[in-house]
Amino acid sequence: MSLVKCTLKELQDRFTRGDVSAVEIVRAYFLRISVVESKVKAYITLNDKETLLSQAEALDHALSAWRKTEPMMAMPIAVKDNICTEGLPTTCGSRILGGFVPPYSATAVDALLAQQYFLIGKTNLDEFGMGSSTEYSAFGASRNPWNLSHVPGGSSGGSAAAVAADECVAALGTDTGGSIRQPAACCGVVGLKPTYGRVSRYGLIAFASSLDQIGPITKDVMDAALMLNVLAGHDARDSTSADKAVPDFTRVFKKKDVKKLKIGVPLEFFAEGLDEEVYDAVGEALAVLEDLGGTMEEVSLPHTGVAVATYYIVATAEASSNLARYDGVKYGFRAKESSDLLEMYRTTRQEGFGQEVKRRIMLGTYALSSGYYDAYYAKAQAVRTLIREDFDRVFQDVDLLVTPVMPTPAFQLGEKIEDPLQMYLSDLYTISASLAGVPAISLPCGFSRKGLPIGMQILGRPFEEDVVLRAARAYELATDWRKKRPRIR
Amino acid sequence: MTFETVIGLEVHAQLQTQSKMFCGCATEFGLPANTRTCPVCLGLPGALPVVNKHAVEMAVRTGLALNCTVRTTNQFARKNYFYPDLPKGYQVSQYDRPICEHGWLELQANGTSKKVRIRRAHLEEDAGKNIHADAGSLVDLNRAGTPLIEIVTEPDMRSADEVVSYLKSLRDVLMYIGVCDGNMEQGSLRCEPNLSLRPVGSDELGTKVELKNINSFKFVKDAIEYEIKRQTKVLSEGGTIIQETRLWDIERNQTAVMRSKEEAHDYRYFPDPDLVPLVISEEWIEELQATIQELPRDRHRRFLHDYGLPDYDAGVLTSSRALADYFEACVTLFAEPKLISNFLMSEFLRELHQAGTTVESSPVSPERLVGLLQLVHDHTISLKVAKEIFPELYAGDKSAAQLVEEKGLRQLSDEGELLSLIDAVIEQHPAQVAQYRGGKGTVIGFLVGQAMKRSGGKANPQKVNALFKTRLSP
Repeated sequence: MSLVKCTLKELQDRFTRGDVSAVEIVRAYFLRISVVESKVKAYITLNDKETLLSQAEALDHALSAWRKTEPMMAMPIAVKDNICTEGLPTTCGSRILGGFVPPYSATAVDALLAQQYFLIGKTNLDEFGMGSSTEYSAFGASRNPWNLSHVPGGSSGGSAAAVAADECVAALGTDTGGSIRQPAACCGVVGLKPTYGRVSRYGLIAFASSLDQIGPITKDVMDAALMLNVLAGHDARDSTSADKAVPDFTRVFKKKDVKKLKIGVPLEFFAEGLDEEVYDAVGEALAVLEDLGGTMEEVSLPHTGVAVATYYIVATAEASSNLARYDGVKYGFRAKESSDLLEMYRTTRQEGFGQEVKRRIMLGTYALSSGYYDAYYAKAQAVRTLIREDFDRVFQDVDLLVTPVMPTPAFQLGEKIEDPLQMYLSDLYTISASLAGVPAISLPCGFSRKGLPIGMQILGRPFEEDVVLRAARAYELATDWRKKRPRIR
Repeated sequence: MTFETVIGLEVHAQLQTQSKMFCGCATEFGLPANTRTCPVCLGLPGALPVVNKHAVEMAVRTGLALNCTVRTTNQFARKNYFYPDLPKGYQVSQYDRPICEHGWLELQANGTSKKVRIRRAHLEEDAGKNIHADAGSLVDLNRAGTPLIEIVTEPDMRSADEVVSYLKSLRDVLMYIGVCDGNMEQGSLRCEPNLSLRPVGSDELGTKVELKNINSFKFVKDAIEYEIKRQTKVLSEGGTIIQETRLWDIERNQTAVMRSKEEAHDYRYFPDPDLVPLVISEEWIEELQATIQELPRDRHRRFLHDYGLPDYDAGVLTSSRALADYFEACVTLFAEPKLISNFLMSEFLRELHQAGTTVESSPVSPERLVGLLQLVHDHTISLKVAKEIFPELYAGDKSAAQLVEEKGLRQLSDEGELLSLIDAVIEQHPAQVAQYRGGKGTVIGFLVGQAMKRSGGKANPQKVNALFKTRLSP
């Protein structure tokens, strides 16, 4: 089998055994990239091939005496371009960070570096993670490997497309309201948003601090568990990271069923607006889970209807403040020839940010303004608590929830770009888990008649990623969706 | 119409921590620009803050020393505004849940004391500094992220003197508990008064003006007095006060408008999502309470009571904790408080001042200083000699007794020797002797002076005086 078709687990095994060298891995992936990248446009910045080759040579040489490997050693991994990588430009898909090269790496990247992974490149995203299609990237949209006229989803569309197109073995994404799960569903791969606080945010360039999480985008559920093993853990540099024990997330895979698990089906997620094909695919997936020993139960999350509105106040309010630092003073882009400070601020931000980012900064600024704070931000926080309580309540009864990831399969490029509200609604099913901070995975559960992947979402209790992964893996093994690969043309 | 002045005060005090509020960078000053910085205090994308525990401890101790309630759950908030010296575009501060609330501090003015209520004290980070050069403006972020505590009073003060007194008391407390060096000129302590006038007898507050750029006690007094006059004039002429921020102009000795209420920022405060609520346990508060020793005001009272010192002396000695400690160390060795107090307030402080050093690093230990004063007390030397040899005691490491021996400064007290001196003076100045005998008692001073001179200053003046009187009595 071609190296680039391997899952992370398969590639790890082959490298560990010495069946394949680090140099061969780097060569294979760069060859693949040279064939498909011009069509998929998954990357903003590719790492230097020669640099990686010399790292690979050194690694092979070091291992030639005594083969002692680590799980991520020599694994070609892509990193979303809103995660800081020392020495490699990090753009957030924005002009405003033009020329910015971070002097430090994110904690999540450091964890991979410590095991000598290979950073293949930095993947495309909607500017600062604000979008659901990568069309809001200042570097142009990425394409869906299953159908190049469709979007790969977003904002981690570059990462999802790169994994689906075999341009890396796994990737890091970030999820604020669905930005890992939604593109994973669009591209037919697996995307895991861990519990808020599970993975350090240090070095993740903030969109909305109380929602942002780093997580893996992988070819299957096993790989997601392997990645989470490396990424998870407390970080003293992130005050919001949780000081919780990190289990070996692959341990639960000994069980190949979902026996004794109670699975909730929230009615609000199967209501009006859900595409029929998606409805059917998720419905069939529920039947598979039932066959695997799960007990099904209808549940209700009554505040689901206000989740999108709540999200767009909380997230934009935080973003309006988080993005204030891009002022042209210290790093990144600065507009030329301003006559005074105020003009420099204005023109820098006017020219540096894209439309959607400016729209959200304005929304958030408004929501926090004196006189509006109570009506918007404070109210949204109160509703967020209610949404969290909805989850607390149903999770007293059921172990997991199963829902669609997005209302439709991937839409066409340009289809929603002029209609922000329609674009926002594509996050309908993913936003609740973000507001509640609970873990959620997106995995393939079928294809549309047009041949586009459909995803299902499994949500669990806070810090119970292991339970989520167990159910997802059992489903994955009971079906063949992961074996279907896109033909890029 | 006569007006009453109403003043409230905001004071920013820089906490003396080793590292910054939210990162590990050192809080050293005077270093090359931007050398004490890291991704966090530079506001680099992706960097996150972590609260400095020592700063929290200092804030809690400040609150306790100011009789505040310490909030067991408090929250950091972002204050959003654009300025080049503010790297993140917001300052991490506290808003509706500050760390300390509802305290008070006593001030002394015009012979009476008064409690000023403290509304709140909260933690925040300092900004950097803009430097304006010919080529353009530069930014130094060494100071960015330094921990500050902002202490806000209720509008309880009524005059410039009260404000100055409050400020001095506050500074004493902060220095005493070791959280701030109290240096106004260097900006470790900054104050911003809010001032308004209202007709005497009225309960309503008038329109307030905020004063900035006041970096010494003198400017505090000058700026407030100027502003009282200005507002009185406006109101007396039937005008209205505009709510605004005014800057004290040191050159012109007047305040000038900096910005009006309309131009005031909307800071859009909201809880900082990068920092979880700060929980302070009752046990921790108790532990910190135990570290706060007697505060200046209480020690002052004790000095009056226990040592019988005048109010002035007690005030000077308790103005710094180190000096008060030094005094008490001396008194423990030698129970002559007033003699010690006099000497500390004059010779000792003068010598330290000239050497540019502090009480803590005084080369003269309480033991050596007491050794000197004991010689005065038992008449081995006169106070004058003690003062004369103090610089040598200060500069070297000899004891007072050694110095007196080596220099032969021992006071002449032997009656026989003194009588021969006195007889010589009587012989030399028959005219003055006659005057004295004739009833002009003041002449004795001249005669004693002559005898002292003959002894080279070593004669015991009280004894000489007494001996003259017996000698010349009819």
